[in-house]
Amino acid sequence: MKKAILTCLTAAGLALGAGPALSAGKLSVYHWFEYIPQELLDKFAAEHDVEVTMDTYDSNEALLAALKGGKLGSYDVAVPGDYMVEILAKEGMLDTIAAGELANKGNILPQWADVSFDPGRMHSIPYQWGSTSFTVSRDAYQGDIRTTDMLFNPPAELSGKINVLDSQGELLALASIHLGIEQCSNDKEKLKQLNALVQGAKEHWASFISDGAKDVLVSGEAAVGMIWNGFSAKARGENAALEYSYPKEGYLVWMDNVVLLKDAPNRENALKFMDFLLEPENAAAVTNFAQYTAGVGGVDDLLDAELKASPELNPPADAPAGQFVQVCEEATQVLYDAIWTNLKK
Amino acid sequence: MAGPGNSRGFQGVFTPLRYWLLLPSWLVVGFFMVAPVLIMLVYSFLTKEFRGGVIWEFTLAAYDQFFLDRGLFGDEPPKIEWTYIGIFWRSVWQAGLATVLCLLIGFPTAYYIATRPPATRNIWVFLVTIPYWVNLLIRTVSMKFLIRDNGPINEWLLSAGLIAEPIHLINTPVAVQLGLFYSYLPFMVLPIYAAIERFDFSLCEAAADLYAGRWFALWHIIIPNVRPGIVAGCILVFIPSLGAFLAPDLLGGAKNFMIGSLIEEQFKGTAGNWPFGAAASMILLSVVLVVLFFNARNRATQTSGAGH
Repeated sequence: MKKAILTCLTAAGLALGAGPALSAGKLSVYHWFEYIPQELLDKFAAEHDVEVTMDTYDSNEALLAALKGGKLGSYDVAVPGDYMVEILAKEGMLDTIAAGELANKGNILPQWADVSFDPGRMHSIPYQWGSTSFTVSRDAYQGDIRTTDMLFNPPAELSGKINVLDSQGELLALASIHLGIEQCSNDKEKLKQLNALVQGAKEHWASFISDGAKDVLVSGEAAVGMIWNGFSAKARGENAALEYSYPKEGYLVWMDNVVLLKDAPNRENALKFMDFLLEPENAAAVTNFAQYTAGVGGVDDLLDAELKASPELNPPADAPAGQFVQVCEEATQVLYDAIWTNLKK
Repeated sequence: MAGPGNSRGFQGVFTPLRYWLLLPSWLVVGFFMVAPVLIMLVYSFLTKEFRGGVIWEFTLAAYDQFFLDRGLFGDEPPKIEWTYIGIFWRSVWQAGLATVLCLLIGFPTAYYIATRPPATRNIWVFLVTIPYWVNLLIRTVSMKFLIRDNGPINEWLLSAGLIAEPIHLINTPVAVQLGLFYSYLPFMVLPIYAAIERFDFSLCEAAADLYAGRWFALWHIIIPNVRPGIVAGCILVFIPSLGAFLAPDLLGGAKNFMIGSLIEEQFKGTAGNWPFGAAASMILLSVVLVVLFFNARNRATQTSGAGH
């Protein structure tokens, strides 16, 4: 007879302690992972006597897919990036914030008060913004790094030690900037050029990693890595040889925005939450946590001194303005999809 | 005491309930297997909606995109599209190699375990399964830390003076193979172990009495007898490897699409082409079914052949 080696463990540790005191209302947040300090959510919950629940996603596209897949109506607010605000609005997934509904709307900095992806800020408020470019390990390379050649036409000693983001929109937009062609072009010659550029550059690239973009640089696995500025600042904290570049050809900027979702179950609390995030003190708390930049005025004095002076957040004076990733028409987008599939086949 | 009549009587207790007792299984199979596959089958013939979703108009566009190349701008005469066939072929090749590696390591391991005294066998089986109590993602990430250029393995080899340059494994196909092989090895060991454990080793003694050598006994006595275990192990390794994208993404650097990541991209990517993702899934399912079908037919022929 064989002895049974499997022991059944009865999970008896489910302590059914008293739940939290019943709150007057609820707020359901759909947010990026690791992008808001828990203390801030607790503070809002305490101030307004609201029970806050949060689910997270890891990409703008995942947010869209979830909302399309039937999650619309179960969340009050979400935090899409710039181009995704435009897409969600076109898909009819956003509610309109009427004039006067947000008491703190005036706190928004003038340059972000009216933006191309949400004219008049009808559906959204700024959360954080930053840039997308690349970071180079100064141990591996001492020359001039302020050029997109570092990614697309790298010096021989860096070939095979480059990581790029596994993100179609950002990579192809940065490649377009490198070539000096406009985004969402449907000009055949320009697209063939773009296709040839990324095909040729791929042999220099070691990997397409987004969530580990910081780790590959810190560990030295990559000597050059495409990355977001705040993520790069965190990387520099772990490896001092890393330097973020603002290339002369240009770079990408992005802004994450809090939007009011259509059919929000707790619309009132959603508006309260948006007002809460527009207060300089709370916006500063997010910035100190995420290390990007707030879109709200009066934040500067509340930031950590080190963060305020960080080279990642302060482009050199001669750096050009960054470009947002643009939303293409369907017929054009298909062409960019084909280039991307062709790149990764 | 329990005679045949007794046991029939025991079964009889459940007879009126028979169909109701099967109901949960039918519901599970129906809801979680048949229905999703049917939805994907239908979606693969629908028109894509921009940025995810489907429009209810019948079209073969998804299958056309898979098999026919009309150029970047869709205005060239159609040729055979090798892009997706290439991605499938790479996945099949990689899964096949992982299966062979698992078999090469798994068979001797299973044989070793099955030939231990009964009291210690369970400990060995237990040891094989222990690493699998940890989530696959965590194991794959740990493997990445171990094998990278300045990871502990390279550091140790360098400090021991065995190599002069770090062995470059990370982001190569070798690393992907290592990941797949490691992820699915127990799926090969356990079925083969179960088969060898049931094998009657007196047959080997009989073969030895008749002057059969060790290798002859292995090839002509043991392997034919434990064949079902080997086949089951191969299927259990091959099929999940075919759809795997964790190892290719984390250890291979996500440079190239695998079947799994290609399909994921269609549902989660920028453009969101659900019908194409559904069509690719259907084609993958067909490939798997063909493999299983040939295996089943092979087995049927073998069994009937053995009867003669």
